[in-house]
Amino acid sequence: MTELKDRIKETIEREPVVAFIKGTHEQAYCGNSDRALQALRAVGASFAAVDVLPDPQIRQELSALSNWPTIPQVFVGGELVGGADIVQELAASGELEATLDQKLGPEWRGGREERTIALADRENPFRLVS
Amino acid sequence: MATPLESILRQAFPDARELEVVDRTGGGDHFHVTVVSPQFEGLPLVDQHRLVYDALAAPLRDGTIHELRITTRGEG
Repeated sequence: MTELKDRIKETIEREPVVAFIKGTHEQAYCGNSDRALQALRAVGASFAAVDVLPDPQIRQELSALSNWPTIPQVFVGGELVGGADIVQELAASGELEATLDQKLGPEWRGGREERTIALADRENPFRLVS
Repeated sequence: MATPLESILRQAFPDARELEVVDRTGGGDHFHVTVVSPQFEGLPLVDQHRLVYDALAAPLRDGTIHELRITTRGEG
């Protein structure tokens, strides 16, 4: 069985763009999580979302790992880009696209795929939930 | 008179050229803070915001701040 911390770490490293949010990509349960997703959509980025609500431990381990106290948290190429305010600001200024180019190369463009992955399912930790 | 959050930020960023705390909803727990300080010069936004989170760690922990929006700049 993998530790939750390791699964969070692995997700951050594996997913080109991952947003830890309250809710799912289809239904964000918090205005800030929604703002972060809207910013990613505004630049046309594909992303994976992780819902932190099913298990309070996710948020705790994530914040310890990222040294960032709040949700949402958006990672690109394994690195924390920021929370809703930063991602929104970078999207508006054009810097988010530059960051995506720089970290992921030109391949990030054109996908626009959104999905939510679950961390809490121990049997199959990366099961697609929607 | 400065609010408690303003005082904390003023102490953490004594050189701030601009420092503002807005109670977004009037309920005293949803805030938007703006800090323009030479301390941020050359730092990525993620590190600028970390400095603000660090300064406000106590009110974030004890629930005084339920939601926080942050705007930072190195130069005004």
